[in-house]
Amino acid sequence: MSIEIVNVTKRFGSFVALDDVSVSIPSGQLTALLGPSGGGKSTLLRIIAGLESADSGRVEIEGVDATRLPPQKRNVGFVFQHYAAFKHLSVRRNVAFGLEIRRRPKAEIRSRVDELLALVHLEQFADRLPAQLSGGQRQRMALARALAVEPTVLLLDEPFGALDAKVRKELRDWLRRLHDEVNVTTVFVTHDQEEALEVADKIVVINEGRIEQIGSPDQLYDEPANDFVMRFLGPVTQLGDRLVRPHDLEILTGDAAGAVAGRVTRIVRVGFEIRVEVTTDDQVVVVTLTRAEFLSLGLTVGAPVGVRVAAAVVPAG
Amino acid sequence: MAEPSTVVRPARGPGRYVTRVLVVAYLFFLVAWPLFLVGKNAFADGFENIRGIVEDPDIVHALELTVTVALIAVVINTVFGVGISLLLVRYRFPGQRLLSALLDMPLSVSPIVVGLALVLVYGGRNGWFGPALESAGFQVIFATPGIVMATVFVALPLVIREVVPVLEEVGDEQEQAARSLGANAVQTFLRITLPAIKWGVVYGVVLSLARSLGEFGAVKVVSGNVLGETRTATLVVEENYLNFDKGGAYATAFLLALVAVACIVVVSVIRPKDNR
Repeated sequence: MSIEIVNVTKRFGSFVALDDVSVSIPSGQLTALLGPSGGGKSTLLRIIAGLESADSGRVEIEGVDATRLPPQKRNVGFVFQHYAAFKHLSVRRNVAFGLEIRRRPKAEIRSRVDELLALVHLEQFADRLPAQLSGGQRQRMALARALAVEPTVLLLDEPFGALDAKVRKELRDWLRRLHDEVNVTTVFVTHDQEEALEVADKIVVINEGRIEQIGSPDQLYDEPANDFVMRFLGPVTQLGDRLVRPHDLEILTGDAAGAVAGRVTRIVRVGFEIRVEVTTDDQVVVVTLTRAEFLSLGLTVGAPVGVRVAAAVVPAG
Repeated sequence: MAEPSTVVRPARGPGRYVTRVLVVAYLFFLVAWPLFLVGKNAFADGFENIRGIVEDPDIVHALELTVTVALIAVVINTVFGVGISLLLVRYRFPGQRLLSALLDMPLSVSPIVVGLALVLVYGGRNGWFGPALESAGFQVIFATPGIVMATVFVALPLVIREVVPVLEEVGDEQEQAARSLGANAVQTFLRITLPAIKWGVVYGVVLSLARSLGEFGAVKVVSGNVLGETRTATLVVEENYLNFDKGGAYATAFLLALVAVACIVVVSVIRPKDNR
């Protein structure tokens, strides 16, 4: 295990940001810390980096007790949401910063920086100032800067949070490919469940200073440990007293065993899926169908139907 | 055409000219004309007045003393000011707001009060701390250290008030990034913080220098105003003026004003356009 967090607690005044948190983060993988804003995930990342100190508990990085080490001795790369570009230095000097601090020979710095600029596709911008770059380019520069010192772990705090949706999606794919190329242990914080599910090997769900669940994207989505994880990772609806995903439900037009009877009260088409609301005796159940399913059922508003969990889903796991 | 614009356009019509005339007239009668008259009077007899002061060893000594004191005060206030600014912006500690309020005191207290207060503490005969220092062979009041202290005191907040807003604006993320890349506190300050606050420091230094060169009230109380020893340039101006040597007074005043104007011109020429 690359990073061990053991019984870490952190308070800001009376607010408990992290409450006795323990987690192991595996080497060489891309791990997401996922949770709502103010849930403690950024605080945990900053404690790993040494930018905050834990009130109690221990942090180990690659077998070294880092709890009392200042940030400059931890050999971690940190990428900030708002880039934290050194505004007065060129892109090249930004990337070279960590190497200049380590007093590496000039020729070595030059070739290493060229290599990194090529890796993040910023070769032609080497002599610009950060102010002359777009947000996505600045964040790639920040990533190259963090990678330059060959960190033991790479930490990213909401790295794409300040970018627009399209750039965010591009950089997300790019980060995954970059990680497969350089293979450094990477931890990133996000509140976007889609981002975590798409990019991460492993997801740690954090809420109100506690860890709700740790697992692979599939495990979290298919076997959520509790209602919070279930709700946070995707759309949910209530059927009887069960919380289910709307796409795991099926609608039946005839009589069927185990189905709850109701009436179609609303039909909404959202892109490639059709959202059907079925009102039963005591609740409104949302079911999502593909267009083909919807057409074959021939549903109209007011039609009497039955709703049940689709057969393929029942034996979960 | 309907596109909203954030560019402030000058008002059209006669209102615009009225405002301009008012501003120009105000500055002219308050600043430009009086300063010009000082210069005009200084050169009323050609270079005679200027020659008069540069050939008088006591006045040359006063000018040298003023420059020396101002430079020492500026160095102290810059080092102390940048340090205090970092403390105020980057750290949280009890009494912080009180400290911040105290730092503005030199701007609100009359310099002459500052001078009297320093005499009460460091005065050689009756001061609270002065006699002890004096017996150790260190004279503060009626000597250069006292003049430096008075000058440092009155110019104290100028660097801080310039640097604090800049520090707040740049934030601490760049510093954190530098730390995570391996820089220690000194390297982070020299390579990241200082370049970021450079212009704030430059303005603070210029303002402090101008203020230090021109300080009169506090210096008058603590210096003793001894000709050729502790008389500074501003005291020379007063002394000459009162002794009906108006030419010498205007010439010295002109030199003092010239240095201040030169400082401001130099800064406005060298500063980059996109920076404040």
